[in-house]
Amino acid sequence: MKFANVMATGGEWLRGEGPHHQIVISSRVRLARNVRNRAFPGWAKKAERIMVLEQIKPRIEELPEMQDSFSELLQDLSALEKQVLVERHLISREHAAKSVGSAVIMNRRQTLSIMVNEEDHLRMQSIRSGLQLKSAFKLVDKVDSTLESKLDFAYDPHLGYLTACPTNVGTGMRASAMLHLPGLVLSELINQVIQAVNKIGLAVRGLYGEGTEAMGNLFQISNQTTLGEKEEEIISRLSKVIETIIEKEHDARQMLIQRKSNTLWDQIGRAYGILTFAHAMTSKEALNLLSIMKLGVDLGAFPEDRRLPIDELFIETQPAHLQKSSQQKLNAEERDQLRAQIIRERLKLFPKPDIIKVARESGNGASSAPSKNE
Amino acid sequence: MLCDVCKCNDATVFLTQILEGKMQKVNLCDACSKEKGVQDPTGFALADLLLGIGAAEEMEKGGPTQRCPVCGFTQADFKKTGRLGCSSCYVTFAEGLGSLLKAMHKGTEHVGKLPQRAHRALELNDRMRNLTENLQKAVAEENYETAASLRDQIKQLEGELAT
Ligand SMILES: [Zn+2]
Ligand SMILES: [Zn+2]
Repeated sequence: MKFANVMATGGEWLRGEGPHHQIVISSRVRLARNVRNRAFPGWAKKAERIMVLEQIKPRIEELPEMQDSFSELLQDLSALEKQVLVERHLISREHAAKSVGSAVIMNRRQTLSIMVNEEDHLRMQSIRSGLQLKSAFKLVDKVDSTLESKLDFAYDPHLGYLTACPTNVGTGMRASAMLHLPGLVLSELINQVIQAVNKIGLAVRGLYGEGTEAMGNLFQISNQTTLGEKEEEIISRLSKVIETIIEKEHDARQMLIQRKSNTLWDQIGRAYGILTFAHAMTSKEALNLLSIMKLGVDLGAFPEDRRLPIDELFIETQPAHLQKSSQQKLNAEERDQLRAQIIRERLKLFPKPDIIKVARESGNGASSAPSKNE
Repeated sequence: MLCDVCKCNDATVFLTQILEGKMQKVNLCDACSKEKGVQDPTGFALADLLLGIGAAEEMEKGGPTQRCPVCGFTQADFKKTGRLGCSSCYVTFAEGLGSLLKAMHKGTEHVGKLPQRAHRALELNDRMRNLTENLQKAVAEENYETAASLRDQIKQLEGELAT
């Protein structure tokens, strides 16, 4: 499979399916593994890294899950192509910085991607749309079991799988979900939720941007510890917490409709207006406004069949995707113009937000929605 | 000065706390201080954090010159990168790592997935222990025929263990 195919096919998780897909964008599970008696990639000399790569890569390519896979050495990918893979969460930012001695292999559906010589010799991840941590784990666990019959992984009976960073030792597993939480952000309850989740040993961070300042109201929640707990326990604990957050998000949205409806309609109306008519837009502004549009679809202010174009814009308006689709290097100003243009075209035939419908469907009568004379 | 946690960003938050009568200092970058919740007035997360970093310093006391015989990695390298050199480093630096892992994780023993290879080794070890016990019993009971057969089985198992 060529890179062009990767660009052309959206990847299964971008399609917005799966349980709780309105709030849970994607579920990911990654396993870190290392080959016994070889220095970890960060400490290994180039020759040793290449040796490990040549030992591991064919074993991955012959996996039944990797039929018709995309397999590239990092030095053969352009900076832009690497960035596209980062924006799709198929490789990490750290991996994109690698060159000779590292590789990425992924399946056609883009549900399975394996990084060779990232921080560990092997970083295998499965990514599914919606809340599907269990099935994501099942896939990556199966791949791990197949690989382990051909490769001798560094393993200690007391410490489990040995990893370059002691924070990953044990299961070597990081399970995470990407959540869209505009309701909790708009009602200013998000910090409370983050603190509560942190206290029980799970990590929450904004998906793009630093710390808890989350662009596009997107948050990633993951397990923080990997030693002393079974994989299945970690996953079910995480799933339960995510289900609680989903409930809180729904509650927050209901609360907004009932008590702060004017703020809500104002936000949705502004997002619609700016996205439809702007001629320059940064990636940050686009993400934040698209998030509000997505909330609008969830609440019924826009028809359900307009969900996909909004979801797709989240990825298509990312800097590398923009440049890749325009086939040329663009400076920041050109990018912002192109981004606005793509969004305008996509929203050309988009209906105006129907707030009366929302108010009716929330069982709240028309009283809380502003009347036409207001 | 670099952040004690991520070792990447410049530290902007400097904390001092007396813990069990000892003064502890931590330097954190903005992102890590937020992530670790050190602005949390209850100070819960701070205590955990200090314990964790204290352990990292503990590990250094083993001597910054201690070197992994397999990959040549030193304690000083760990302090700099926060990563280890190879799987044998876990044996070399076991003492210091013990308290570090304790502070970082839920437990200190792996209870999750077992690779087939390790699984098989455990099974073989179990069988070996059984055979050895039976052999001792057979010898004690002067049951030489059984003992001879058990010796053969043990020899065969030793061959399997060696592969
Ligand atoms: Zn830091
Ligand atoms: Zn070592």
